[in-house]
Amino acid sequence: MDFRPPLARVRGLGSAKAGSHHWWLQRVTAVALIPLTFWLIVLLDLSFNAPYQETVAWLASPFNAACIVFWILAVFYHAALGLQVVIEDYVSSEWWKIVAIWGANLGFVFLGLAALIAVFRIIVAG
Amino acid sequence: MVEFTLPKNSVLTEGKTFKAPKGATNIRRFEVYRWDPDSGKNPRIDAYEVDLDDCGPMLLDAILKIKNEIDSTVSFRRSCREGVCGSCAMTINGKNTLACIKAIKDYEGTIKIFPLPHMSVIKDLVVDMENFFAQYASIKPWIETQTPAPSDRERLQSKEDRAKLDGLYECVLCACCSTSCPSYWWNSDRYLGPAILLQAYRWLVDSRDENTGERLDELEDPFKLYRCHTIMNCTDTCPKGLNPAKAIAETKKLLIQRQ
Repeated sequence: MDFRPPLARVRGLGSAKAGSHHWWLQRVTAVALIPLTFWLIVLLDLSFNAPYQETVAWLASPFNAACIVFWILAVFYHAALGLQVVIEDYVSSEWWKIVAIWGANLGFVFLGLAALIAVFRIIVAG
Repeated sequence: MVEFTLPKNSVLTEGKTFKAPKGATNIRRFEVYRWDPDSGKNPRIDAYEVDLDDCGPMLLDAILKIKNEIDSTVSFRRSCREGVCGSCAMTINGKNTLACIKAIKDYEGTIKIFPLPHMSVIKDLVVDMENFFAQYASIKPWIETQTPAPSDRERLQSKEDRAKLDGLYECVLCACCSTSCPSYWWNSDRYLGPAILLQAYRWLVDSRDENTGERLDELEDPFKLYRCHTIMNCTDTCPKGLNPAKAIAETKKLLIQRQ
């Protein structure tokens, strides 16, 4: 039996005084991804239709290399922020929530690093 | 946690059918959710055939007719019968609304009446509003100032500032919006929900209030405020035509603006 008054339950541990930054960065990365996705269409077109060497040479140019690094950072950051919100929505067990959010964040860091290493290999080794 | 199936003791069963009186020609069938905590049985759907030629025009009139003339055991809340008290909020044909301001003729065929979704049912159409009203109390829905009230007059407000409260003060706290929101279904222990956030915004934009910053501090929380993902079920269902989703978006803008 919970004898706490309803207001005590609702007020709980109080406000976390956080969340705006998370929400804002989700919007910022989403907006950044709009032009980057158009750029990505060009890359995908080359990847499927152009010879390997031509695609690699195109990607190794400073502008395109910057674009793909930017895309990788934005897309994985955006995905991590978004997946955290989904986990918070649907997982109510505190321990599972923490484990899932850690897992998602670390997983996206790993994927981002792997993608960046691949890009640097292309730029350096060709 | 999200559950995909109803618990065993919540699965609906078929109930009784109350036939229309002989000679009635304008008959409408109402299917009503019934649950009696004392019976120990699962909830059931009872069907009532109502003679609309002998019934008032609104849905609440039909429910009152059922209660008064057909089956006095039906429990529901009602008071003002004109959309200002917010008591008769229920789910009618899958949409949360106030039974007193919805006309029967706006619906076709069988009308299904259920309690507000994802709330603990006390009996039949009566749900437990304790958490909802505690959430309302938690946002301190009263003016807070350091400046003492003027001794010779009320606290003044320009017409423009007063206009900012339009579309906010009309909320009657019926909980139709909050209980239409999936985020509120899953996280109502921490998420304040659209109705309470609209009320919170009503005090954020009141020019006479001096605690805007503290109010924003209280709201800035991943659960209290940021469970809103702007799917706008709240605005779609509000029987008073208000826009809680916009009030929440404006609150988020204020939080960004002060950074």
